[in-house]
Amino acid sequence: MRRGLSNFNIVSIALGLAFLYLPISILVIYSFNASRLVTVWGGWSTRWYVALLHDSAMLEAAWNSLRIATLSATCATILGTLAAVALVRAGRFRGRTAFAGMIYAPLVMPEVITGLSLLLLFVAINADRGFWTVVIAHTTVTASFVTVVVQSRLVSFDRSLEEAAMDLGCPPLKTFLTVTLPLIFPAVAAGWMLAFTLSFDDLVIASFATGPGATTLPMRIYSEVRLGVKPQINAICTIMIVVVAIGVVGAALFAKRSELRAAGEAKTES
Amino acid sequence: MTDARTIVPRRRPKWGQRLVILIPALWLAVFFVVPCLIVLKISLSQTVIAQPPYTPLLDLSAGWQGVQDFVSGLSFESYKLLGSDAIYLKSYLRSLVIAGFSTLLLLLIGYPIAYGIARAPRRAQPVLVMAVFLPFLTAFLIRIYAWVNILQREGLLNDALIALGIIKAPLVWLATDTAVIIGIVYSYLPFMVLPLYASLEKMDETLLEAAADLGCPHWKAFWLVTVPLSASGAAAGALLCFIPIAGEFVIPDLLGGSNAMMIGQTLWTEFFQNKDWPAASAVAIALLVILLVPILVYQHLQLRDLQDDSGAG
Repeated sequence: MRRGLSNFNIVSIALGLAFLYLPISILVIYSFNASRLVTVWGGWSTRWYVALLHDSAMLEAAWNSLRIATLSATCATILGTLAAVALVRAGRFRGRTAFAGMIYAPLVMPEVITGLSLLLLFVAINADRGFWTVVIAHTTVTASFVTVVVQSRLVSFDRSLEEAAMDLGCPPLKTFLTVTLPLIFPAVAAGWMLAFTLSFDDLVIASFATGPGATTLPMRIYSEVRLGVKPQINAICTIMIVVVAIGVVGAALFAKRSELRAAGEAKTES
Repeated sequence: MTDARTIVPRRRPKWGQRLVILIPALWLAVFFVVPCLIVLKISLSQTVIAQPPYTPLLDLSAGWQGVQDFVSGLSFESYKLLGSDAIYLKSYLRSLVIAGFSTLLLLLIGYPIAYGIARAPRRAQPVLVMAVFLPFLTAFLIRIYAWVNILQREGLLNDALIALGIIKAPLVWLATDTAVIIGIVYSYLPFMVLPLYASLEKMDETLLEAAADLGCPHWKAFWLVTVPLSASGAAAGALLCFIPIAGEFVIPDLLGGSNAMMIGQTLWTEFFQNKDWPAASAVAIALLVILLVPILVYQHLQLRDLQDDSGAG
């Protein structure tokens, strides 16, 4: 691609980013609004954050979501990484097309269908619906996203390092853990984060898969939003945005540092 | 799986390698394929007032009798319902029209952004890609909720338009199709921009130089070289948007009106309000059949990409 930006390019990027960020910024600003009326500006205040601290139903839902997202992201990362390794490294095994099809299908499957089908499975096997069924449902859906992220990293890195280790008699599992995994780690971490956010964010699948006593944060927010716009919701949304932003910037810095370190090691070796 | 040469050179497939394939395959078979089959089965059962509200599944413990009961118990009632009540047909059509129109808009808005990023200096590109992707990480529900704030009658859009003197009285934005389409375009923009950027970024710039050397004007080179070469990215982006949009529930539910439903809302209502599980399953299966062609095309594109990448590596 030829580089060099024309005015048209700059304007389209700027407008695009403005479109993406303006609504979020407005939401954040209005979470500090002193007025009870969401649309009238009544000066700066943190009263909605204080009100949030006393909203025990909301806090419990947030705690549920946090645990579900952590657990399901971890399971999805393990499954998704295995699937990526199978797709990229295992060659043309029998049933590979069906395997790949099964991995990519959840990416585009409408959420209502995935949610309904999982719920019907849980009913058919008489599982107690609640915390664990949501974890299983989120693991299933988000593993595919991890696969896509890890797979793109696996295809782009130098395979000869793995082959060298194996030629020197390193068993496959040890090669994977000591050579491959450190090399693809940034992608694995990015996959975990993506899975975490998808789970933390999901309303539709959780609504189908959950049972009594396991209300997630999006479910709670949804039922509040349906009743009308409330300033506390702006506050909890701002907190979620800040948490995600810190996570993303942290992950980016971490990736940058490990890249620099890898570059430094390469320099000392040569 | 027994063909050792294709797996790792000079090595026989080990148990470890089989496990790498088997674990995710088993998980997805149990939690993705089997549930889809159950939906198919329940869409063919009769509604009963009980818990669970449908006639039982295949009962293998009853032996041959169970299989016979299973076959004789199949019923197409739910599908007949889909055909007989215009509300279903209307929501399918509405979903496809809204998904098609929003995907077109997404292409028109996403292309200039992806093109701009691909032409930006190399060092700036990862930052710009991250900037496009970041809102996607900040909670979908929140981003839709942000639009409720903006689009309501006393919302910021009306305030801004009145302040600018464009309109005199507030317009109704919320609970209209415009609001639904704004919400969809806003939420799915990263899914359109990123595949487009990936295909534009891979493009060989010497092709454009060659076109310029041969006297081809800039706009014509863009139309004859850049656009065809980015077609696969555009197709991937369009499908990645179109398919989930067709089944979307949250956006039309929060931003749309209550008079006309998209199919995702119809399914939700059948299930959660009417408690008619066979009807909800039939709605799901019919939606899946409608989306089967786009899903298969998307799968084909993904597999081809994977093949290209593995071939190069």
